[in-house]
Amino acid sequence: MSARERILGRVRRALADVPRDDTPYERAVVRDYLREHGERTVEQTVDLLAENLADYRAVVHRTDFDELPYLVMRLLAERGSQYVLVPPGLPPEWMSAADPTRIHDRAVSTPQELDRVESVVTGCAVAIAETGTIVLDGSPDQGRRRITLVPDHHICVVRVPEQVVSSVPQALERLDPARPLTWISGPSATSDIELDRVEGVHGPRTLEVVLLPS
Amino acid sequence: MSGTFVGMPAFPEAAREAVRDATLRGNLRHATHTIRAKRAKAVAEVPDWDRLREAGKRIKDHTLLHLDRYLEQLEASVTAAGGTVHWAADAEEANRIVAGLVKATGESEVVKVKSMATQEIGLNEALEAEGIRAYETDLAELIVQLGKDRPSHILVPAIHRNRGEIRDIFRREMGAWGRPAPDGLTDTPAELAEAARLHLREKFLRAKVGISGANFMVAETGTLVVVESEGNGRMCLTLPETLISVVGIEKIVPTWRDLEVFLQTLPRSSTAERMNPYTSMWTGTTDGDGPRAFHLVLLDNGRTDTLADEVGRQALRCIRCSACLNVCPVYERAGGHAYGSVYPGPIGAILSPQLRGTGSEIDASLPYASSLCGACYEVCPVAIDIPEVLVHLRERVVEGGQVTSRGDKVVLKPAKGHAAERAAMRAARWAFSHPGALRTGQRLASRTRRLHPRTLPGPGRAWSGTRDLPEVPAEPFRDWWRRTDGGKDGVK
Repeated sequence: MSARERILGRVRRALADVPRDDTPYERAVVRDYLREHGERTVEQTVDLLAENLADYRAVVHRTDFDELPYLVMRLLAERGSQYVLVPPGLPPEWMSAADPTRIHDRAVSTPQELDRVESVVTGCAVAIAETGTIVLDGSPDQGRRRITLVPDHHICVVRVPEQVVSSVPQALERLDPARPLTWISGPSATSDIELDRVEGVHGPRTLEVVLLPS
Repeated sequence: MSGTFVGMPAFPEAAREAVRDATLRGNLRHATHTIRAKRAKAVAEVPDWDRLREAGKRIKDHTLLHLDRYLEQLEASVTAAGGTVHWAADAEEANRIVAGLVKATGESEVVKVKSMATQEIGLNEALEAEGIRAYETDLAELIVQLGKDRPSHILVPAIHRNRGEIRDIFRREMGAWGRPAPDGLTDTPAELAEAARLHLREKFLRAKVGISGANFMVAETGTLVVVESEGNGRMCLTLPETLISVVGIEKIVPTWRDLEVFLQTLPRSSTAERMNPYTSMWTGTTDGDGPRAFHLVLLDNGRTDTLADEVGRQALRCIRCSACLNVCPVYERAGGHAYGSVYPGPIGAILSPQLRGTGSEIDASLPYASSLCGACYEVCPVAIDIPEVLVHLRERVVEGGQVTSRGDKVVLKPAKGHAAERAAMRAARWAFSHPGALRTGQRLASRTRRLHPRTLPGPGRAWSGTRDLPEVPAEPFRDWWRRTDGGKDGVK
């Protein structure tokens, strides 16, 4: 007998005492919890996102479309970055004023090559105000997961308000599980030393989020 | 479960040792009190906490009661998304599968994301025996691995170490495993984190095989979820060419939407954050992004035995947040090692004896590692009634009875060492059903009260060693009741 058959057989025997229940799953679990916490205007939701991002040590910037290239230029210059990774579908105008050499992520790029790049600029799929979270889904303006992981400095542009939702349930509704997803809430951190939070371990130690009105 | 803890003394002896260690007690007190207040604040931010908790409980219960169906659905979804599913009935089988998969890649080292399941099966030791070196990459796991130590907490396995001890371990051991600790390393947490970053980076960048567990597996989509803080999880899940995930069969949720409950309750319960820094979700393999091969090893290892117990099966709802450890007065004083298992604290006290059976001394003693205060149940985000299961398991230890072991029904004999307790209970049953004898006995006890010892002799000594014996009143209650007509005539 295969392990599969053995385990499934054990499960069925273990549940022999349970009366058969064919209630469809949608009705089997009561979901009377809130879809979002509190009522807010669109502006207030964006403000909450900014507040919660900052609370977990992300650096938040607000700008407009004309100023964005200069903001990106300034942020990269302040880091002293010589190389910046750009995903294939990043709007070229975002980078139009930036000085560092643009590195395009290629399938053959090794992790060691990525490790020599200081910064990365991406868009995002959705941002969650209540938790201060941005979610990447590998779309062309975000690229492969590794490019937002290995460099130490991540600049993420969120289009507001259309990419912002209030809550976790609303975010899941917008996301496609078939895509690889990365949820990011502040820079990398650890609570492993005396259960106290310290920022800066393996992921980017500086996360800058740019809120860009459309 | 793994052989790591074989030969552990029963909980009371191990705990007695631990409470004598002042450093350990100080470290634990500091850490658990820090997180307790923070968790309460994070939970208070969410006005519908009780409803989320109830929904989480129901989702898990429903899944467990239809586990065969959801396992088959998950297997189909993962396979359709490009993954390969393996089944492992026990630790040995799981270790053999993983070692075989690693060998097939031609590699002799792997990077690991913190995973309770692989701890439970002793995977690192099994790989070592096959000539494969496993590098732990979670900061606390790294501290444990470098210190040749054992984990003592579900979330923060090195909670028993303070910053000074961690610095000493890094200075002493890092060089033997790879890049040594920086010169002049101090004990500030930021510098220690930096040292871990430098030490592990070369391992991440060259790794060809990653091994993980998972917090959740979604049956309908085949999606796996790993919740973490440091980014070591992302490194292990995305940079290697081959990813092997070893996951307990109880980690399934039926639908994508179910994540909306647990992604709200888990971070607040474990690290007391609105959201943990990083959560990775992947479904099979994706062309050009992440590992080209994905293997999922579904692990039983005592879970189906636990499922067969009507009362005990609720332990399988556990999402490994560790909130119950952080509030437990027993854990705070005894520490994690005394539980003799990778699952310490209240949840460990009900999980280990069910996954492993109550055959060993340590497992038979774990249901007693509690004062039944119920704080664990209060904070549990999936409402596991830990005190209820503890009492149920105590009964099993004392009385014996039918249980399931490795899929077979067996009858347990009553445990040794509880003969006095059973005799006392039998005597009580007889006395309470013989009113005349009870009355005579009570009167005799009242008259001889001045002669009663402060502690019990013989087998009762251990019991009264930590308790005050109640004083026998001068007059039995029933005599008083009759004499005063239930207190009506005002006579004292």
